[in-house]
Amino acid sequence: MNKLYTRDTQAIFWNNNKTAIQRMLDYDYTIKRETPSVAAIVAPTSGNKFEKFFWGPDEIMVPLFKSTADAKKAHPNADVLLNFASFRTAYDVTMEAVELGGFKSIMVTAEGIPERLARKMNHTARNAGVTVIGPATVGAIAPGAFKIANIGGTIDNIINSKLHRAGSCGLVTRSGGLFNELSNIIAINADGIAEGVAIGGDRFVGSVFIDNMLRMEKNPDVKYMVLLGEVGGTEEYKVIEAIKSGEITKPVIAWCIGTIAKHFSSGVQFGHAGASANADAETAAAKNKAMAEAGIYVPESFNDLPATINKVYNELLANGTISEIQEPEINIVPKVRRSKQFICTISDDRGDEATYAGFPISSVATPDTGKGIGDVISLLWFKKQYPKWATDFIETVLKTVADHGPAVSGAHNCKVTARAGKSVVESLVTGLLTIGPRFGGAIDGAAEHFKYADDNNLDPKAFLNHMKKLGIPIPGIGHRIKSLKNPDLRVEGLKNFAKEYFPSTPLLDYALTVEQLTTSKKENLILNVDGTIGILMVDMWRALGYSETEIDEFISSGTLNAFFIVGRSIGFIGHILDEKRLAMPMYRHPMDDILYDVQKAEKI
Amino acid sequence: MAQKAIREYDGKALFSKQWENYFSGFHYGFKSVLVTSGAELLAKAEEHGFEWLKQEPLVAKPDMLFGKRGKNDLVLFKDKKPGDVSLEVAAKWIDEKTSHPTTLLTGQHGTLTHFIVEPFTPHTQEQEYYISATCVGEDDVLYMSAEGGMEVEEGWDEKVNEVVIPIDMSDADMEHAIKANVPSDIPAKDRESFTSFAIAFFKFYRDMNFAYLEINPIVMLENNNMAILDLVARLDDTAGFMMKDTWGDIEYPTAFGMEDQSPEEKAIAEADSKSGASLKLTILNPMGRVWTMVAGGGASVVYADTIADFAEANGGSIADLANYGEYSGGPTTGETKFYADTVIDLMTRHKDPKGEDKVLIIGGAIANFTDVAKTFTGIIQSFEENAEKMKEHNTKIYVRRGGPNYEKGLKDIKEAADRLGLYIEVYGPETHVTDIVRMALEK
Repeated sequence: MNKLYTRDTQAIFWNNNKTAIQRMLDYDYTIKRETPSVAAIVAPTSGNKFEKFFWGPDEIMVPLFKSTADAKKAHPNADVLLNFASFRTAYDVTMEAVELGGFKSIMVTAEGIPERLARKMNHTARNAGVTVIGPATVGAIAPGAFKIANIGGTIDNIINSKLHRAGSCGLVTRSGGLFNELSNIIAINADGIAEGVAIGGDRFVGSVFIDNMLRMEKNPDVKYMVLLGEVGGTEEYKVIEAIKSGEITKPVIAWCIGTIAKHFSSGVQFGHAGASANADAETAAAKNKAMAEAGIYVPESFNDLPATINKVYNELLANGTISEIQEPEINIVPKVRRSKQFICTISDDRGDEATYAGFPISSVATPDTGKGIGDVISLLWFKKQYPKWATDFIETVLKTVADHGPAVSGAHNCKVTARAGKSVVESLVTGLLTIGPRFGGAIDGAAEHFKYADDNNLDPKAFLNHMKKLGIPIPGIGHRIKSLKNPDLRVEGLKNFAKEYFPSTPLLDYALTVEQLTTSKKENLILNVDGTIGILMVDMWRALGYSETEIDEFISSGTLNAFFIVGRSIGFIGHILDEKRLAMPMYRHPMDDILYDVQKAEKI
Repeated sequence: MAQKAIREYDGKALFSKQWENYFSGFHYGFKSVLVTSGAELLAKAEEHGFEWLKQEPLVAKPDMLFGKRGKNDLVLFKDKKPGDVSLEVAAKWIDEKTSHPTTLLTGQHGTLTHFIVEPFTPHTQEQEYYISATCVGEDDVLYMSAEGGMEVEEGWDEKVNEVVIPIDMSDADMEHAIKANVPSDIPAKDRESFTSFAIAFFKFYRDMNFAYLEINPIVMLENNNMAILDLVARLDDTAGFMMKDTWGDIEYPTAFGMEDQSPEEKAIAEADSKSGASLKLTILNPMGRVWTMVAGGGASVVYADTIADFAEANGGSIADLANYGEYSGGPTTGETKFYADTVIDLMTRHKDPKGEDKVLIIGGAIANFTDVAKTFTGIIQSFEENAEKMKEHNTKIYVRRGGPNYEKGLKDIKEAADRLGLYIEVYGPETHVTDIVRMALEK
């Protein structure tokens, strides 16, 4: 890995730091990246599933996850973790990510992680081949490719400092504020930077100057390097050694800040936690002298640094090492942007023809397309193209639940309302409003409880005990008259279809073992049509590759109920039209069918 | 900031509190008191549990973070002969030491204020050992020697065995490494118990998040009785949030001879501890001519470097630099105003002895995320309240800053200074970060 980041690099951002993430996306838009540099956000305490951000003038959604593991699973290609946890949790977040694997680099922003934990974290990451940037840093940037969070500051400053496209300098600093400053100096006096890292101000940081400079030595875009060191520590000497041994051959310009410290005996802490000289060799003056002796370009003072950079740059330009840069075209991020009130992810009516999840309506509507209502449902409800066995199953369900006669409460309500002279839609909703936990709800309930039992490996006996404890009859079990000997043919049809066309039916198989037990107690306690539908829906989603969490979400969001609503609407409308045709008068319930038991109200 | 020295007394108290968890099988009496006067010592002796102060001969010494107390003749262990110091003699000695300033051999100068008083422990040179641990590079290192006391420091290389313990070393390997490196000149009778003490010592050092821990000498008495005669310790204070209960309310005193912090420095430190932002202030020379208000940890150092360079090059001296400090991490307008008020107040207390102008450098690099206009609002509010004082001292203000919203910030501060009749020069990111120092000091 000669380059820290490329234009394809994507990160998982730990903590929903909206400003910093928006800055990354503005940068992406400016440099015309194809994909956003933040693939996912980890926000352990958030209940939301995504966060909206601007992408140029438009908006995009970045998914939120509860844990790094979930985010990584959903976005395996995101190999950078931007750890914006506090100093209390940053260690745990890094350690978890290293253990998960698949991260090439982890940036840690927290300042003041306990030293022992920082050492352990850095060591573990290093052993796992993970580059740690930080702790206590604003991060790193590969101009024109990928930028971490706030580094480089505002988009205006980024463009002024030529951080929107690769130059030829490799920059390493400790300080984040001075990183920006150096980028600006290098933009004014040379052609900008190719890669830059602020290694962080704490005493123990994951990657030090030499780690980053050895990588830059191998990065063909880097033609020379600028190192801004600090008083304290001996990291600069490792760079000197690498130059002496020939490991670093590219020109290096360097300066150590903190020359002021020589004027004060001790006790004054200048700058960062890492910045305190414990020996003569750690003073800024000694390091500047040693670096100059090793052939590094060292200016007279920090104030002369720009001139030194300019001189080295011009030499490299003159000898052809560096060529003039063609300035790339950039997108301009609009100054004023308005957040959108609504989001739509299923259909789009902006083009010539409206689309269902990307498919023009004409491509799914007519019979010659070979598509049925099951396909339309799979597109509009699930944003996926389901295979034929699944769309056939969906249609089978809709047909099976379409009507159960005029006596059930929903149909009855429709009929009563229609007879009151109300319209189709008014009559229909009175029926639909009946649908809930007691009417149609067995589908949801069966899916939920049978899946729970199966997920938790409850044997049928344990499942029955579990339901007894909950104090509810098992949803989807029991029929008024049908029994094993006198089976419900609708159920048989569904089961036969599933056996023949589903890749597998684990939950149905489980449910049938439960049925064995319940029917041994009472013979009409069979798996009924509602139960069969709910259970087979779970089997369908499992076979389609959905995760258990996703299926649980389908159940809890009422998706199963939705199939019942659509199917049963067909029957309700039939009853309503029937009433209209018959022109039946207003319904009044016979008084002799009501038990009147009215007591005189007592005064309290 | 990271590693902080604690008093010997507090170090021993921590040993005592954790003794059974780490050193069971050994005994440690923890007879120590920390006092600031003779009277306090006499009063302590009347308390239950401290009867030993009256019953046993005592040793008294300052407990103020500096070492080599013996060589500085600051350890009271004899009145007429070793081991005869009574409570009254110790109290009198303490009162005498606190009555005048003391200069150490190192040149550190100040008044003694804190003393640790303990029983005199009769022992022989042979019973003294040395043990310490700290972090070197990326690893922990345990140092052990059969010789304790001052002797160990003369001839360190020959007398001390060191064991390097990498951060990921298992306990079994660590114990093995320590066992294998126990100095061979530790007598056979103490060898086994020294080894197990050393292992326990390292675990204690590690688990308590010490950055440095030294006992010199540790005295091994009869029946596994241990006497910690002299202890030096530094804690990693960043671990404070997880060690709160274990450490208790531990104090981090200022080094002896360091000027005690001024009220202004204390106020800024207090504001810093309450804020998510960073506010730092050190007064280097209250009579200095050049005052700084620089944003950012790195930039503040660069400004100090450059001021020192230019002051020397232009006939001034480092004494011109009055303060060092920084504000960063997005301070609120209120916090910035408070910081500016403090610096301007200090700057306008004394006329420059040579009658020269005062210089106020409001510097900073190009900020990553701090809103420049917002922080400058706090500085402008401070100008409005302090303009007259600043004019009395012929204050020249030089501003350089970049970052979010810097154009507005620079425009606002220029307008405010002009309106108030203050001398000001204002520069943005097109000017080199420290160039305003040259402009200010070359004049």
